[in-house]
Amino acid sequence: MIGRVGQQGHGRVVVIITLAISLVLMAIPLPEWAEPYRPDWLALVLVYWCLATPNLVGVGTGWIVGLTLDVLQGGLLGQNALAKTVLAFLAVTFHLRIRMFPVWQQAFVVAVLVGVNQALLIWAHGVLGIYSGTWEMWLPAATSMLMWPWVFVVLRDVRRYGGVG
Amino acid sequence: MKSSLLRRAPSNAARFLFFVLVSIAVMVIDYRTQYFKPARSAMALAVYPIQLVAALPERVGSAFVNLFVSEDSLRTRNKKLHAQQLMLLARLQKFDALESENRRLRELLGAAEKVADRALMAELVEVSLEPFTQKIMINKGETQNLYIGQPIIDAYGIMGQITELTPVTAVATLITDPSHAVPVQVKRNGLRAILFGTGSQSELDLPHLTPISDIREGDLLVTSGMGGRFPVGYPVARVGRIVSDPNESFLTISAEPIARLDHSTEVLVIWPGRIKADALPPAEEVAR
Repeated sequence: MIGRVGQQGHGRVVVIITLAISLVLMAIPLPEWAEPYRPDWLALVLVYWCLATPNLVGVGTGWIVGLTLDVLQGGLLGQNALAKTVLAFLAVTFHLRIRMFPVWQQAFVVAVLVGVNQALLIWAHGVLGIYSGTWEMWLPAATSMLMWPWVFVVLRDVRRYGGVG
Repeated sequence: MKSSLLRRAPSNAARFLFFVLVSIAVMVIDYRTQYFKPARSAMALAVYPIQLVAALPERVGSAFVNLFVSEDSLRTRNKKLHAQQLMLLARLQKFDALESENRRLRELLGAAEKVADRALMAELVEVSLEPFTQKIMINKGETQNLYIGQPIIDAYGIMGQITELTPVTAVATLITDPSHAVPVQVKRNGLRAILFGTGSQSELDLPHLTPISDIREGDLLVTSGMGGRFPVGYPVARVGRIVSDPNESFLTISAEPIARLDHSTEVLVIWPGRIKADALPPAEEVAR
């Protein structure tokens, strides 16, 4: 039991490091034309850990990293916190089902999840009367879908060698 | 010892509901009130390392590019800068003379003497913090006596104003942000107007001018000093297209910012005149 707890602590560190890296990727400056195409790295990493270790990572983690992203981007506080909470909830609730899918099918699920994420951001902006652009808001769903297989493979290796879960 | 399965007390759905409600509450409070300002600057300080790491590739990249600049191009650049400096020096001589003349005339008129604005150089840490907003982060903050609403400029014109502060960084909203407006006047004839951002980096909007207003394409818009936030006379934008639709009671005027919003890596934070000199940090440069 004690060994297991120690291992969980170790796993937690690995999860935090990967989430921090995804936050860095969210903040790296891109040229103006490439900005709308930026995949939602944070959502990808969060969804992976929700699927792989739902006992370790869940809605609470989603809320915290979402709030961190809000602070990082300097936008309305709480919008990404809400979106990532919903994202984590969906991923954790359906983790058994989604785990069964082959990776390319999971990519479609990820596109839907990131789409929900974007819809929540647009909704939050809309309710508060902030103009939030155009169809470009949906591009991250597509690019995140394309990135999922790679993120999946990399994080699976990280999980195995890091001894998470 | 109980297994972890039995200890999972509040269900997933309950926690989900809790965090959703908290998020919505946070959003509403952040949008309607100012309560989160101090907490936000504390948290911004906590995520500063992430921003530093994110800015690293660009810095390393530009350092790498600098390593391989050919001597030839350096030589030509040096020559060009030298010529430019000579020109500027010549202009500055005239400027000095004009300034002293101006002061004398002001004294004759009994007008209050205009105190020189002070400026502090700051470097950009991050740009485009969120899609659809126009903000930048600079590496100077509260410890350098910056304040909310302080104007920032580059070598060409007004860039924006500071809207968020932490002890070591500051976030500035650019004039192109959709939520930003600058009181301006046409330099040619002093016609006053308010210039709004659009969210696009190369376009500003000048509404509320009627078809009988004396404004032409190419007119230079400078700050009017109304509202007391921006000092008078800094260039802001140049008038671009003017569309006069007989169905509309106002002109549709677009303007292009003068400041190089997407090129500058160094900006100047300025303290408009008439602030006690000892409250200022050591200024590196006097802008005006």
